[in-house]
Amino acid sequence: MSSVAVIDYGMGNLHSIAKALQHAAPDVDVQIVADAELILQADRVVFPGVGAMRDCMQALNQSGLSDVIRTVAKTKPLLGICLGMQALLTASEENGDTQGLGILPGKVIHFSEALLDHHGNKLKIPHMGWNQVHFSAHPLWDNIPQDSRFYFVHSYYAQPDDLSLLAATTEYPEPFACALTQNNVFAVQFHPEKSQAVGLQLLKNFLHWDGHI
Amino acid sequence: MSLAKRIIPCLDVANGRVVKGVQFVDIRDAGDPVEIARRYDREGADEITFLDITATHDNRDTMVHVVEQVASQVFIPLTVGGGIRTLDDIRRMLNAGADKVGINSAAVFNPEFVREAAQRFGSQCIVVAIDAKKVSLPNEPECWEIFTHGGRKATGIDAIGWAQKMVAYGAGEILLTSMDRDGTREGFDLSLTRAISESVSVPVIASGGVGNLEHLAEGVLQGKADAVLAASIFHFAEYTIQQAKEHMASRGIEMRL
Repeated sequence: MSSVAVIDYGMGNLHSIAKALQHAAPDVDVQIVADAELILQADRVVFPGVGAMRDCMQALNQSGLSDVIRTVAKTKPLLGICLGMQALLTASEENGDTQGLGILPGKVIHFSEALLDHHGNKLKIPHMGWNQVHFSAHPLWDNIPQDSRFYFVHSYYAQPDDLSLLAATTEYPEPFACALTQNNVFAVQFHPEKSQAVGLQLLKNFLHWDGHI
Repeated sequence: MSLAKRIIPCLDVANGRVVKGVQFVDIRDAGDPVEIARRYDREGADEITFLDITATHDNRDTMVHVVEQVASQVFIPLTVGGGIRTLDDIRRMLNAGADKVGINSAAVFNPEFVREAAQRFGSQCIVVAIDAKKVSLPNEPECWEIFTHGGRKATGIDAIGWAQKMVAYGAGEILLTSMDRDGTREGFDLSLTRAISESVSVPVIASGGVGNLEHLAEGVLQGKADAVLAASIFHFAEYTIQQAKEHMASRGIEMRL
Protein backbone atom coordinates (compact mmCIF):
# COMPACT_ATOMS: atom_id res chain seq x y z
CA MET A 1 0.00 0.00 0.00
CA SER A 2 1.43 3.37 -0.96
CA SER A 3 1.15 6.26 1.47
CA VAL A 4 0.54 9.98 1.27
CA ALA A 5 1.28 12.46 4.05
CA VAL A 6 -0.83 15.60 4.38
CA ILE A 7 1.36 18.11 6.20
CA ASP A 8 -0.28 19.44 9.37
CA TYR A 9 1.23 22.76 10.41
CA GLY A 10 -1.92 24.38 11.75
CA MET A 11 -2.95 26.13 8.52
CA GLY A 12 -5.98 24.90 6.73
CA ASN A 13 -8.68 22.41 6.26
CA LEU A 14 -6.69 19.20 6.37
CA HIS A 15 -9.67 16.95 6.87
CA SER A 16 -11.27 18.00 3.60
CA ILE A 17 -8.09 17.15 1.76
CA ALA A 18 -7.61 13.86 3.58
CA LYS A 19 -11.22 12.84 2.89
CA ALA A 20 -10.91 13.73 -0.78
CA LEU A 21 -7.64 11.78 -1.10
CA GLN A 22 -9.25 8.75 0.53
CA HIS A 23 -12.23 9.02 -1.78
CA ALA A 24 -10.02 9.46 -4.87
CA ALA A 25 -7.85 6.44 -4.11
CA PRO A 26 -9.20 4.08 -1.43
CA ASP A 27 -6.10 1.88 -1.85
CA VAL A 28 -3.77 4.61 -0.55
CA ASP A 29 -2.88 5.11 3.11
CA VAL A 30 -3.68 8.78 3.88
CA GLN A 31 -2.08 10.32 6.97
CA ILE A 32 -2.36 13.80 8.44
CA VAL A 33 1.03 14.36 10.01
CA ALA A 34 3.11 17.04 11.68
CA ASP A 35 6.09 14.82 12.40
CA ALA A 36 9.13 15.28 10.15
CA GLU A 37 10.09 11.60 10.16
CA LEU A 38 6.62 10.47 9.11
CA ILE A 39 6.51 13.04 6.33
CA LEU A 40 9.88 11.89 5.03
CA GLN A 41 8.78 8.23 5.16
CA ALA A 42 5.63 8.76 3.05
CA ASP A 43 5.68 7.93 -0.66
CA ARG A 44 4.01 11.23 -1.56
CA VAL A 45 3.37 14.49 0.24
CA VAL A 46 0.52 17.01 0.04
CA PHE A 47 1.26 20.52 1.29
CA PRO A 48 -2.06 22.35 1.84
CA GLY A 49 -2.79 25.72 3.36
CA VAL A 50 -5.26 28.55 3.71
CA GLY A 51 -4.83 31.87 5.46
CA ALA A 52 -2.04 34.40 5.49
CA MET A 53 1.47 33.86 4.13
CA ARG A 54 3.29 35.28 7.15
CA ASP A 55 1.49 32.94 9.58
CA CYS A 56 2.17 30.04 7.24
CA MET A 57 5.91 30.71 7.00
CA GLN A 58 6.19 31.34 10.75
CA ALA A 59 4.53 28.00 11.45
CA LEU A 60 6.80 26.21 8.97
CA ASN A 61 9.99 27.85 10.20
CA GLN A 62 9.23 27.37 13.90
CA SER A 63 8.36 23.71 13.46
CA GLY A 64 11.35 23.00 11.25
CA LEU A 65 9.02 21.80 8.50
CA SER A 66 10.52 24.29 6.02
CA ASP A 67 13.59 22.11 5.63
CA VAL A 68 11.47 18.96 5.52
CA ILE A 69 9.47 20.36 2.60
CA ARG A 70 12.70 21.40 0.83
CA THR A 71 13.96 17.83 1.21
CA VAL A 72 10.67 16.36 -0.04
CA ALA A 73 10.81 18.69 -3.05
CA LYS A 74 14.08 17.05 -4.09
CA THR A 75 13.07 13.47 -3.50
CA LYS A 76 9.39 12.53 -4.03
CA PRO A 77 6.09 13.69 -5.53
CA LEU A 78 4.94 16.86 -3.76
CA LEU A 79 1.59 18.58 -4.32
CA GLY A 80 1.18 22.16 -3.06
CA ILE A 81 -2.39 23.45 -2.78
CA CYS A 82 -3.51 27.10 -2.55
CA LEU A 83 -1.34 28.76 0.12
CA GLY A 84 0.76 25.59 -0.04
CA MET A 85 1.51 26.52 -3.67
CA GLN A 86 2.27 30.14 -2.87
CA ALA A 87 4.65 29.17 -0.04
CA LEU A 88 6.78 27.19 -2.52
CA LEU A 89 7.77 30.40 -4.31
CA THR A 90 10.62 32.73 -3.44
CA ALA A 91 8.62 35.51 -1.83
CA SER A 92 5.13 36.96 -1.44
CA GLU A 93 4.07 40.59 -1.26
CA GLU A 94 1.42 39.56 1.30
CA ASN A 95 2.04 40.97 4.81
CA GLY A 96 4.60 43.45 3.51
CA ASP A 97 7.15 41.15 1.98
CA THR A 98 7.32 37.55 3.18
CA GLN A 99 10.07 35.09 2.25
CA GLY A 100 8.78 31.81 0.89
CA LEU A 101 10.46 28.41 0.73
CA GLY A 102 12.25 29.30 -2.52
CA ILE A 103 11.59 25.94 -4.18
CA LEU A 104 9.90 27.46 -7.25
CA PRO A 105 11.59 30.69 -8.42
CA GLY A 106 9.10 33.53 -8.57
CA LYS A 107 6.95 35.77 -6.45
CA VAL A 108 3.36 35.95 -5.22
CA ILE A 109 1.41 39.11 -5.95
CA HIS A 110 -2.06 40.57 -5.27
CA PHE A 111 -4.75 40.89 -7.94
CA SER A 112 -4.91 44.49 -9.10
CA GLU A 113 -7.95 46.21 -7.59
CA ALA A 114 -8.08 48.53 -10.59
CA LEU A 115 -9.05 45.73 -12.97
CA LEU A 116 -12.48 45.23 -14.52
CA ASP A 117 -14.08 41.90 -15.32
CA HIS A 118 -15.31 40.83 -18.78
CA HIS A 119 -18.55 42.76 -18.29
CA GLY A 120 -16.89 46.01 -17.25
CA ASN A 121 -17.70 45.57 -13.56
CA LYS A 122 -15.08 46.10 -10.89
CA LEU A 123 -13.17 42.86 -10.34
CA LYS A 124 -14.22 41.08 -7.14
CA ILE A 125 -11.38 40.05 -4.83
CA PRO A 126 -10.98 37.35 -3.60
CA HIS A 127 -11.21 35.43 -6.87
CA MET A 128 -13.85 33.01 -5.62
CA GLY A 129 -15.67 30.26 -7.47
CA TRP A 130 -15.35 27.94 -10.42
CA ASN A 131 -13.00 29.05 -13.18
CA GLN A 132 -11.55 27.36 -16.24
CA VAL A 133 -8.09 25.83 -16.18
CA HIS A 134 -6.16 25.72 -19.44
CA PHE A 135 -3.33 23.23 -19.09
CA SER A 136 -0.35 21.86 -20.96
CA ALA A 137 0.40 18.14 -21.10
CA HIS A 138 1.32 16.58 -17.74
CA PRO A 139 0.38 13.26 -16.08
CA LEU A 140 -1.61 15.12 -13.40
CA TRP A 141 -4.13 16.26 -16.04
CA ASP A 142 -4.82 12.72 -17.29
CA ASN A 143 -8.55 12.07 -17.87
CA ILE A 144 -9.41 15.71 -17.17
CA PRO A 145 -11.02 17.63 -20.07
CA GLN A 146 -9.12 20.72 -21.24
CA ASP A 147 -10.54 23.97 -19.76
CA SER A 148 -12.37 22.18 -16.93
CA ARG A 149 -13.61 24.34 -14.09
CA PHE A 150 -11.95 24.08 -10.67
CA TYR A 151 -12.86 25.87 -7.43
CA PHE A 152 -10.71 28.87 -6.47
CA VAL A 153 -10.60 31.18 -3.50
CA HIS A 154 -7.60 33.49 -3.26
CA SER A 155 -6.50 37.13 -3.47
CA TYR A 156 -2.84 36.51 -4.34
CA TYR A 157 -1.35 34.51 -7.19
CA ALA A 158 2.02 33.13 -8.24
CA GLN A 159 4.15 34.79 -10.88
CA PRO A 160 6.97 32.39 -11.82
CA ASP A 161 10.32 33.81 -13.00
CA ASP A 162 10.56 31.10 -15.61
CA LEU A 163 7.53 30.45 -17.82
CA SER A 164 8.67 26.85 -18.35
CA LEU A 165 7.27 26.17 -14.84
CA LEU A 166 3.73 26.86 -16.07
CA ALA A 167 1.46 23.81 -15.94
CA ALA A 168 -1.82 25.70 -16.40
CA THR A 169 -3.32 29.17 -16.58
CA THR A 170 -6.66 30.73 -15.63
CA GLU A 171 -8.06 34.11 -16.66
CA TYR A 172 -9.13 36.63 -14.00
CA PRO A 173 -9.38 38.67 -16.18
CA GLU A 174 -5.78 38.33 -17.37
CA PRO A 175 -4.16 34.87 -17.51
CA PHE A 176 -2.31 33.90 -14.33
CA ALA A 177 -0.42 30.77 -13.28
CA CYS A 178 -2.95 28.49 -11.58
CA ALA A 179 -0.61 25.47 -11.68
CA LEU A 180 3.17 25.20 -11.67
CA THR A 181 5.46 22.21 -11.95
CA GLN A 182 9.16 21.51 -11.64
CA ASN A 183 10.43 17.93 -11.73
CA ASN A 184 8.61 16.03 -8.94
CA VAL A 185 6.87 19.14 -7.59
CA PHE A 186 3.35 20.12 -8.70
CA ALA A 187 1.42 23.05 -7.28
CA VAL A 188 -2.12 24.30 -7.82
CA GLN A 189 -3.81 27.52 -6.76
CA PHE A 190 -7.30 26.02 -6.88
CA HIS A 191 -8.73 23.47 -4.44
CA PRO A 192 -8.87 20.01 -6.04
CA GLU A 193 -10.47 18.67 -2.84
CA LYS A 194 -13.43 21.02 -3.48
CA SER A 195 -13.59 20.71 -7.27
CA GLN A 196 -15.90 17.71 -7.52
CA ALA A 197 -15.10 15.06 -10.15
CA VAL A 198 -12.22 16.82 -11.91
CA GLY A 199 -10.61 17.66 -8.57
CA LEU A 200 -10.82 14.06 -7.38
CA GLN A 201 -9.33 12.95 -10.71
CA LEU A 202 -6.36 15.27 -10.24
CA LEU A 203 -5.79 13.91 -6.73
CA LYS A 204 -6.03 10.37 -8.07
CA ASN A 205 -3.50 11.22 -10.77
CA PHE A 206 -1.17 12.62 -8.13
CA LEU A 207 -1.50 9.48 -6.01
CA HIS A 208 -0.35 7.42 -8.99
CA TRP A 209 2.32 9.83 -10.18
CA ASP A 210 5.93 8.71 -10.02
CA GLY A 211 7.28 12.25 -10.11
CA HIS A 212 8.32 12.15 -13.77
CA ILE A 213 6.73 13.81 -16.78
CA MET B 1 -13.29 32.09 -20.45
CA SER B 2 -14.20 33.64 -17.17
CA LEU B 3 -15.29 32.96 -13.64
CA ALA B 4 -18.69 31.25 -13.45
CA LYS B 5 -21.56 32.64 -11.41
CA ARG B 6 -22.59 30.21 -8.68
CA ILE B 7 -25.85 28.56 -7.67
CA ILE B 8 -26.02 27.69 -3.99
CA PRO B 9 -28.88 25.62 -2.60
CA CYS B 10 -29.51 26.30 1.08
CA LEU B 11 -30.76 23.72 3.58
CA ASP B 12 -32.30 24.65 6.91
CA VAL B 13 -31.26 22.07 9.48
CA ALA B 14 -32.69 21.63 12.99
CA ASN B 15 -31.38 18.94 15.32
CA GLY B 16 -29.59 17.29 12.41
CA ARG B 17 -32.67 17.10 10.19
CA VAL B 18 -33.63 19.16 7.16
CA VAL B 19 -36.76 21.18 7.86
CA LYS B 20 -39.07 23.29 5.69
CA GLY B 21 -40.41 20.14 4.05
CA VAL B 22 -38.03 19.04 1.39
CA GLN B 23 -40.07 16.98 -1.06
CA PHE B 24 -38.38 14.64 -3.46
CA VAL B 25 -40.29 11.64 -4.71
CA ASP B 26 -37.19 9.57 -5.28
CA ILE B 27 -35.40 10.21 -2.02
CA ARG B 28 -35.51 7.66 0.76
CA ASP B 29 -35.27 10.05 3.66
CA ALA B 30 -36.37 13.59 2.85
CA GLY B 31 -35.03 14.85 6.15
CA ASP B 32 -31.52 13.51 5.75
CA PRO B 33 -29.15 16.41 5.03
CA VAL B 34 -26.47 14.06 3.73
CA GLU B 35 -28.72 12.50 1.14
CA ILE B 36 -30.07 15.86 -0.01
CA ALA B 37 -26.57 17.34 -0.20
CA ARG B 38 -25.47 14.40 -2.35
CA ARG B 39 -28.39 14.95 -4.66
CA TYR B 40 -27.59 18.65 -5.09
CA ASP B 41 -23.96 17.79 -5.71
CA ARG B 42 -24.95 15.35 -8.47
CA GLU B 43 -27.22 17.97 -10.03
CA GLY B 44 -24.30 20.40 -10.25
CA ALA B 45 -24.64 22.69 -7.23
CA ASP B 46 -21.59 24.96 -7.05
CA GLU B 47 -21.64 25.08 -3.25
CA ILE B 48 -24.02 24.04 -0.51
CA THR B 49 -25.05 26.15 2.48
CA PHE B 50 -26.44 24.72 5.70
CA LEU B 51 -28.31 26.99 8.04
CA ASP B 52 -28.44 25.54 11.54
CA ILE B 53 -31.71 26.64 13.09
CA THR B 54 -31.39 24.36 16.10
CA ALA B 55 -32.92 26.20 19.01
CA THR B 56 -30.74 24.96 21.85
CA HIS B 57 -27.00 25.13 22.10
CA ASP B 58 -26.81 21.55 23.39
CA ASN B 59 -27.98 20.13 20.09
CA ARG B 60 -25.36 21.91 18.03
CA ASP B 61 -23.07 18.89 18.12
CA THR B 62 -25.47 17.24 15.71
CA MET B 63 -24.65 19.92 13.12
CA VAL B 64 -20.95 19.13 13.48
CA HIS B 65 -21.77 15.52 12.78
CA VAL B 66 -23.86 16.45 9.71
CA VAL B 67 -20.99 18.49 8.31
CA GLU B 68 -18.56 15.60 8.88
CA GLN B 69 -20.85 13.21 7.05
CA VAL B 70 -21.45 15.53 4.11
CA ALA B 71 -17.79 16.54 3.80
CA SER B 72 -16.69 12.94 3.46
CA GLN B 73 -19.01 12.38 0.48
CA VAL B 74 -19.52 15.73 -1.23
CA PHE B 75 -16.46 17.47 -2.65
CA ILE B 76 -17.68 21.00 -3.28
CA PRO B 77 -17.49 23.97 -0.90
CA LEU B 78 -19.71 23.80 2.18
CA THR B 79 -20.84 26.78 4.23
CA VAL B 80 -22.42 26.53 7.66
CA GLY B 81 -24.34 29.39 9.22
CA GLY B 82 -26.58 29.79 12.22
CA GLY B 83 -25.40 30.10 15.78
CA ILE B 84 -21.78 30.90 14.95
CA ARG B 85 -20.80 33.11 17.89
CA THR B 86 -17.28 32.22 19.00
CA LEU B 87 -13.91 31.40 17.47
CA ASP B 88 -14.37 27.92 18.87
CA ASP B 89 -17.68 27.52 16.98
CA ILE B 90 -15.80 28.37 13.78
CA ARG B 91 -12.90 26.03 14.50
CA ARG B 92 -15.26 23.12 15.16
CA MET B 93 -17.12 23.64 11.88
CA LEU B 94 -13.92 24.01 9.84
CA ASN B 95 -12.43 20.92 11.48
CA ALA B 96 -15.60 19.01 10.67
CA GLY B 97 -15.11 19.84 6.98
CA ALA B 98 -16.90 23.15 6.42
CA ASP B 99 -15.05 25.54 4.12
CA LYS B 100 -16.78 28.70 5.24
CA VAL B 101 -18.93 29.86 8.12
CA GLY B 102 -21.72 32.41 7.96
CA ILE B 103 -21.76 34.99 10.75
CA ASN B 104 -24.98 36.93 11.15
CA SER B 105 -26.25 38.37 14.41
CA ALA B 106 -22.95 37.83 16.23
CA ALA B 107 -21.45 40.35 13.80
CA VAL B 108 -24.14 42.91 14.61
CA PHE B 109 -23.72 42.51 18.36
CA ASN B 110 -19.93 42.39 18.21
CA PRO B 111 -18.31 43.53 14.93
CA GLU B 112 -14.85 42.81 16.36
CA PHE B 113 -15.74 39.12 16.23
CA VAL B 114 -15.56 39.30 12.42
CA ARG B 115 -12.12 40.90 12.57
CA GLU B 116 -10.83 38.27 15.01
CA ALA B 117 -12.34 35.44 12.96
CA ALA B 118 -10.80 36.69 9.71
CA GLN B 119 -7.41 37.15 11.35
CA ARG B 120 -7.47 33.70 12.87
CA PHE B 121 -8.94 31.65 10.05
CA GLY B 122 -8.52 33.85 6.96
CA SER B 123 -11.07 35.98 5.13
CA GLN B 124 -11.70 33.19 2.62
CA CYS B 125 -13.83 31.32 5.17
CA ILE B 126 -15.70 34.24 6.71
CA VAL B 127 -19.08 34.96 5.13
CA VAL B 128 -21.00 37.78 6.77
CA ALA B 129 -24.74 37.28 6.43
CA ILE B 130 -26.70 40.52 6.18
CA ASP B 131 -30.48 40.65 6.67
CA ALA B 132 -31.71 43.93 5.22
CA LYS B 133 -35.09 45.61 4.90
CA LYS B 134 -36.06 48.70 2.95
CA VAL B 135 -36.74 51.63 5.28
CA SER B 136 -37.16 54.43 2.73
CA LEU B 137 -40.58 55.62 1.59
CA PRO B 138 -41.57 55.16 -2.08
CA ASN B 139 -40.80 58.80 -2.96
CA GLU B 140 -37.43 58.84 -1.20
CA PRO B 141 -34.01 57.61 -2.41
CA GLU B 142 -33.86 53.90 -1.57
CA CYS B 143 -32.18 52.89 1.62
CA TRP B 144 -32.02 49.69 3.62
CA GLU B 145 -31.37 48.88 7.25
CA ILE B 146 -29.95 45.84 9.05
CA PHE B 147 -32.55 43.79 10.91
CA THR B 148 -32.02 41.00 13.44
CA HIS B 149 -34.25 38.33 14.96
CA GLY B 150 -35.54 37.08 11.63
CA GLY B 151 -36.36 40.56 10.38
CA ARG B 152 -38.30 41.68 13.46
CA LYS B 153 -35.81 44.01 15.14
CA ALA B 154 -34.47 47.12 13.45
CA THR B 155 -30.92 48.12 14.35
CA GLY B 156 -30.73 51.57 12.79
CA ILE B 157 -27.62 50.43 10.86
CA ASP B 158 -27.48 51.36 7.16
CA ALA B 159 -27.03 48.23 5.04
CA ILE B 160 -24.51 49.62 2.54
CA GLY B 161 -22.31 51.14 5.21
CA TRP B 162 -22.53 47.92 7.21
CA ALA B 163 -21.49 45.77 4.25
CA GLN B 164 -18.48 48.02 3.65
CA LYS B 165 -17.55 47.90 7.32
CA MET B 166 -17.76 44.09 7.39
CA VAL B 167 -15.47 43.86 4.35
CA ALA B 168 -13.02 46.24 6.01
CA TYR B 169 -13.13 43.96 9.07
CA GLY B 170 -12.21 40.95 6.95
CA ALA B 171 -15.39 39.41 5.52
CA GLY B 172 -14.44 37.44 2.40
CA GLU B 173 -17.98 37.28 1.07
CA ILE B 174 -21.40 38.80 1.79
CA LEU B 175 -24.59 36.73 1.96
CA LEU B 176 -27.31 39.31 1.42
CA THR B 177 -30.91 38.47 2.28
CA SER B 178 -33.79 40.82 1.61
CA MET B 179 -36.17 40.39 4.54
CA ASP B 180 -38.86 42.10 2.46
CA ARG B 181 -38.65 39.36 -0.16
CA ASP B 182 -37.66 36.31 1.88
CA GLY B 183 -40.40 33.68 1.47
CA THR B 184 -42.45 35.77 -1.00
CA ARG B 185 -41.33 34.08 -4.24
CA GLU B 186 -41.44 37.52 -5.92
CA GLY B 187 -37.75 37.60 -6.80
CA PHE B 188 -34.70 39.21 -5.22
CA ASP B 189 -34.70 42.86 -4.17
CA LEU B 190 -32.58 43.74 -7.19
CA SER B 191 -31.84 47.34 -6.28
CA LEU B 192 -30.64 46.26 -2.82
CA THR B 193 -28.49 43.52 -4.34
CA ARG B 194 -26.98 45.87 -6.89
CA ALA B 195 -26.39 48.63 -4.34
CA ILE B 196 -24.47 46.27 -2.06
CA SER B 197 -22.60 44.44 -4.82
CA GLU B 198 -21.38 47.69 -6.36
CA SER B 199 -20.25 49.11 -3.03
CA VAL B 200 -18.04 46.23 -1.83
CA SER B 201 -14.95 44.57 -3.32
CA VAL B 202 -15.84 41.01 -2.26
CA PRO B 203 -18.34 38.60 -3.87
CA VAL B 204 -22.01 39.02 -2.95
CA ILE B 205 -24.52 36.16 -2.74
CA ALA B 206 -28.11 37.23 -3.40
CA SER B 207 -30.79 35.59 -1.26
CA GLY B 208 -34.47 35.93 -0.44
CA GLY B 209 -37.48 35.73 -2.71
CA VAL B 210 -36.62 33.33 -5.53
CA GLY B 211 -39.76 31.88 -7.09
CA ASN B 212 -38.63 30.94 -10.58
CA LEU B 213 -35.52 30.51 -12.71
CA GLU B 214 -35.68 33.96 -14.26
CA HIS B 215 -35.35 35.41 -10.77
CA LEU B 216 -31.96 33.70 -10.48
CA ALA B 217 -30.83 35.22 -13.79
CA GLU B 218 -32.08 38.67 -12.76
CA GLY B 219 -30.05 38.45 -9.56
CA VAL B 220 -26.87 38.26 -11.64
CA LEU B 221 -27.82 40.41 -14.64
CA GLN B 222 -29.56 43.26 -12.82
CA GLY B 223 -28.53 42.67 -9.21
CA LYS B 224 -24.85 42.15 -10.16
CA ALA B 225 -24.65 39.25 -7.70
CA ASP B 226 -21.71 36.86 -7.94
CA ALA B 227 -23.78 33.95 -6.68
CA VAL B 228 -27.46 33.22 -6.08
CA LEU B 229 -28.87 31.27 -3.15
CA ALA B 230 -32.26 29.58 -3.12
CA ALA B 231 -34.04 27.01 -1.03
CA SER B 232 -37.64 26.19 -1.78
CA ILE B 233 -37.53 26.08 -5.60
CA PHE B 234 -34.98 23.29 -5.37
CA HIS B 235 -36.33 21.48 -2.31
CA PHE B 236 -39.75 20.98 -3.79
CA ALA B 237 -38.20 19.63 -6.96
CA GLU B 238 -39.90 22.33 -9.00
CA TYR B 239 -36.60 22.78 -10.76
CA THR B 240 -33.34 20.91 -10.68
CA ILE B 241 -30.07 22.77 -10.20
CA GLN B 242 -29.15 21.67 -13.71
CA GLN B 243 -32.28 23.33 -15.15
CA ALA B 244 -31.47 26.49 -13.23
CA LYS B 245 -27.94 26.54 -14.60
CA GLU B 246 -29.10 25.93 -18.15
CA HIS B 247 -31.60 28.75 -17.87
CA MET B 248 -29.00 31.16 -16.56
CA ALA B 249 -26.56 30.11 -19.29
CA SER B 250 -29.28 30.73 -21.90
CA ARG B 251 -29.44 34.32 -20.61
CA GLY B 252 -25.74 34.73 -21.38
CA ILE B 253 -24.45 34.09 -17.86
CA GLU B 254 -21.22 32.14 -17.51
CA MET B 255 -22.04 28.92 -15.61
CA ARG B 256 -20.31 25.64 -14.75
CA LEU B 257 -22.41 23.21 -16.76
